[in-house]
Amino acid sequence: MDNVIIDLQHVSHSYDGKQVLDDINLQIRQGEFVTLLGPSGCGKTTTLRLIAGFLSPEEGSILLEGKNLKDVPPYKRPLNTVFQRYALFPHLDVYDNIAFGLKLQKVPSDEIDKRVRKVLKMVSMTDYEDRNVDSLSGGQQQRVAIARALVNQPKVLLLDEPLAALDLKMRKDMQIELKEMHKKLGITFIYVTHDQEEALTLSDTIVVMDRGRIQQVGTPTDIYNEPKNSFVADFIGESNILNGLMIKDRRVRFAGYEFDCVDEGFGENAPVDVVVRPEDVQIRKDQSKSMFFGTVTSCTFKGVYYQLFVNTETGYELMAQDFRQFEVGSRVGLCILPENIQVMNTERICNTFEATVVDENHVEFLSYEFECGHADLPAGSKALVTVSFGKVDLMDHQEDGMIAGEVSSILYKGDHYHITVLLDSGDYIYADTQDIWDKGDLVGVNILPQDINVARADD
Amino acid sequence: MIKRSSWALPYLIFMIFFVALPLVLILVYAFQDGSGNFSFENVLRFFSDSDAIATFALSLEVAIENTVLCILIGYPAAWILANKKYNRSAVTIILFILPMWINALMRTLATAELFNVLGIRLGKGTLLFGMVYDYLPFMIYPIYNVLNKMDKSFAEAAEDLGANPFQVFWKVTVPLSMPGVRSGILMVFMPTVSTFAISEFLTNGKIKLFGTIIQENINSSMWNYGAALSLIMLMIIGLTTLISGDSGKAAAGGAAI
Amino acid sequence: MMKKILAKAYIWLIIILLYSPLVFIAVFSFTESRVLGNWTGFSLRLYENLFSGGMQGAGSLLSAVENTLLIAVAAATVSTALGTIAAIGVHNMKGKLKNTIQFMNGIPMINPDVITGVSLFLLFVFLHFSQGYLTVILAHITFCTPYVVLSVLPKLSQMNPNIYEAALDLGATPAQALRKVMIPQLKPGMVSGFILAFTMSLDDFAVTFFTRGTIGLDTLSTYIYTDARKGGLTPELRPLMTLIFFIILILLVVINVRQPKQSKSIKG
Repeated sequence: MDNVIIDLQHVSHSYDGKQVLDDINLQIRQGEFVTLLGPSGCGKTTTLRLIAGFLSPEEGSILLEGKNLKDVPPYKRPLNTVFQRYALFPHLDVYDNIAFGLKLQKVPSDEIDKRVRKVLKMVSMTDYEDRNVDSLSGGQQQRVAIARALVNQPKVLLLDEPLAALDLKMRKDMQIELKEMHKKLGITFIYVTHDQEEALTLSDTIVVMDRGRIQQVGTPTDIYNEPKNSFVADFIGESNILNGLMIKDRRVRFAGYEFDCVDEGFGENAPVDVVVRPEDVQIRKDQSKSMFFGTVTSCTFKGVYYQLFVNTETGYELMAQDFRQFEVGSRVGLCILPENIQVMNTERICNTFEATVVDENHVEFLSYEFECGHADLPAGSKALVTVSFGKVDLMDHQEDGMIAGEVSSILYKGDHYHITVLLDSGDYIYADTQDIWDKGDLVGVNILPQDINVARADD
Repeated sequence: MIKRSSWALPYLIFMIFFVALPLVLILVYAFQDGSGNFSFENVLRFFSDSDAIATFALSLEVAIENTVLCILIGYPAAWILANKKYNRSAVTIILFILPMWINALMRTLATAELFNVLGIRLGKGTLLFGMVYDYLPFMIYPIYNVLNKMDKSFAEAAEDLGANPFQVFWKVTVPLSMPGVRSGILMVFMPTVSTFAISEFLTNGKIKLFGTIIQENINSSMWNYGAALSLIMLMIIGLTTLISGDSGKAAAGGAAI
Repeated sequence: MMKKILAKAYIWLIIILLYSPLVFIAVFSFTESRVLGNWTGFSLRLYENLFSGGMQGAGSLLSAVENTLLIAVAAATVSTALGTIAAIGVHNMKGKLKNTIQFMNGIPMINPDVITGVSLFLLFVFLHFSQGYLTVILAHITFCTPYVVLSVLPKLSQMNPNIYEAALDLGATPAQALRKVMIPQLKPGMVSGFILAFTMSLDDFAVTFFTRGTIGLDTLSTYIYTDARKGGLTPELRPLMTLIFFIILILLVVINVRQPKQSKSIKG
């Protein structure tokens, strides 16, 4: 791949001891529109700032056209950034904002004039050069910010959530304009956003990130149709994500039923995650062609289609879409085609922690000494503790728990919630529960002694 | 690339020299005798010096009385000034702030001269009056600031929930304006407890306050005792700051807008 | 309506009380009598004396005014530079060191002037630093800079955090970014910091008193102090006070008329 322009090799970075990027490897090709997509705190903006040079990576290297950027300060990098909230200089007018970079390079003033006018025309802001930037609307400021970056003819344009501050209509229009600009200029765009729809619309390649790691790299279609894990599936579009069991190749059990599918190579009786997009949950008028049955619990008009929630006879809730309206309470037949079932390796089947045995009834992990049923290991030895998701108790008040944390994400799995809790110690613990929690809730975490399984750590 | 956080370094070094070190020196001098040996002599001397203790008590008394008077007179004034119903003019506010910008000695002297011409005998009464006159703006301004910036919807919410104007004032406005009162207290109490020239002018040298004693000792080269007295003053200041629950931001916030 | 009248009356009563001594001085600056309170007819004689330095004592009064201004300009200029750079540093800092610096920054503001004066006096004695202009200016920088830091900090937090980076991104070196982008943005904060520092320095008596040494350096404050202790008030002080009063009044009105929207606060 000789047309790689930006190459991130084993890049790691942390803030105040908190790991925000963990071994990022990413190649970006010349002329590509690449989007870094993920929830806030996933490391996407940090990645962009590392490329721009506002941060230097603690580990790993960043290469531009094969040259290491390590000792190149941001003002010497042939890259330009469009900032979130634009960062236009309020003391300069539109013209001087755009000419700022060129003036620093001592470009002759007639040349500056020519180039400024050209970019102003490109962003459709001709006649605005004397305007005070504070007097511009959000969309206009956005255009000036893009013009200010492009006038320097960067090799790569970095865009940090540039449309986040605009209203929906404006955002849609700007998306189209950005896409066209990219086509016309032929330079590389690296775009950061948390808006999955924006990413799907704009990008050639999407890089989905979470918790400092790249979760999946692919074209928009790949990412939507073939999510690699439950995080990607949940983050991109709407989906039903369920625990499943791969019975054998091309046969999977989930939601209390067995289905044919197209995936193989998971082994026999292997726990997996199953993703079915709501538009792939088909509602059959003709009940004889149905694979299973359920009761409609809600039916909401969404403009083009109705969004339905259906309770299956086996007690799972599925999201479906249909063009027809169904009565709440009505019984419907459902069908999922094999090719619409996406089977993925499950990341974990229970909580696993490295621990130290304190005595035969106590074991220390997550910086807390837990009572356990019986540890058959000598005091002081290393052990591996497993706790199943369902045995992790979440309490309303942090002080009611043995350890405290904050709900960091919630995944609905059809009949229960899979909650990720970021503990004060910086570790994660996962809990399955019927209770509804919100992201950011402060919780206490309890584990009963009999639910802590201690095993020898084999190293 | 030099991190911008290191830009504070020159100032940090400056402060270590001109803020921290001088305070340490007060401590060092306070616990030294004339020939530079460690000693409790100076501190003990204060506690056996009944004049010094009386002056100290008087300083505290005057400072407290002044602060209380400033709150009693200043709070209503600040409230009226911040109330759009009663005051729409910026000029009145400027008039209240203006004295803060004029040299305090000059204002004090003017007051003292006025008393003289009016034939009022200088003493504790004129001292208090002059102090209130000097420091009232420093109480009014921070309270006015807080009241003026206070979201009107708090009062409206209270009214909506059935509070009468009196209750709105006591249960909402007053508690919410406490930060302003606190910085007012800091800005009035601290300077009054330590004042020296002002008290001399206002009482024609009849009443000495604690600051005067410090100054007299330093001026007559009794540095060690002067340092010990300063240390005692520092304790009072530290205690006041601690009680008002603010690390100085309040005072600063009031003064430095 | 009654309430409104009462409220107005209260405010104006306080204003009258606050200003009566100043008005009293101002009135008697327009008469020749050397005894205050004794009206001997309208005259501008005291003003003439003040500016010509004609009367006894008036010459040293003029030089005290000169010293005061010189010290204030020097202290405010250095404080503004030092404080602005420091504020940028503090703004980009985190954690313990930031708290430490902010705490130390608060000390000179809370410390009574007497303590600041005595402590700096001890410092200069300890370092065998001969006291004079330089020590007074250094001392004034010490208690002025905190106000600059506190005036600039809010401007920094109002500023778009990416502005500095945007300048670097467009090819400015850190020094260029500071000069061309940061300083123009911080100017209002720096100006009000400068004004505050300047007036703090003008106002100061105690710190100057302890750090001026024995070379006979007088500022307006120390001049007044010595003068008052000698007994009478030099009559030429009356026109000086009057002038200062009006200069400040005009300044405040101008500041508030010029930027009424930028901030509701009065003091800059």
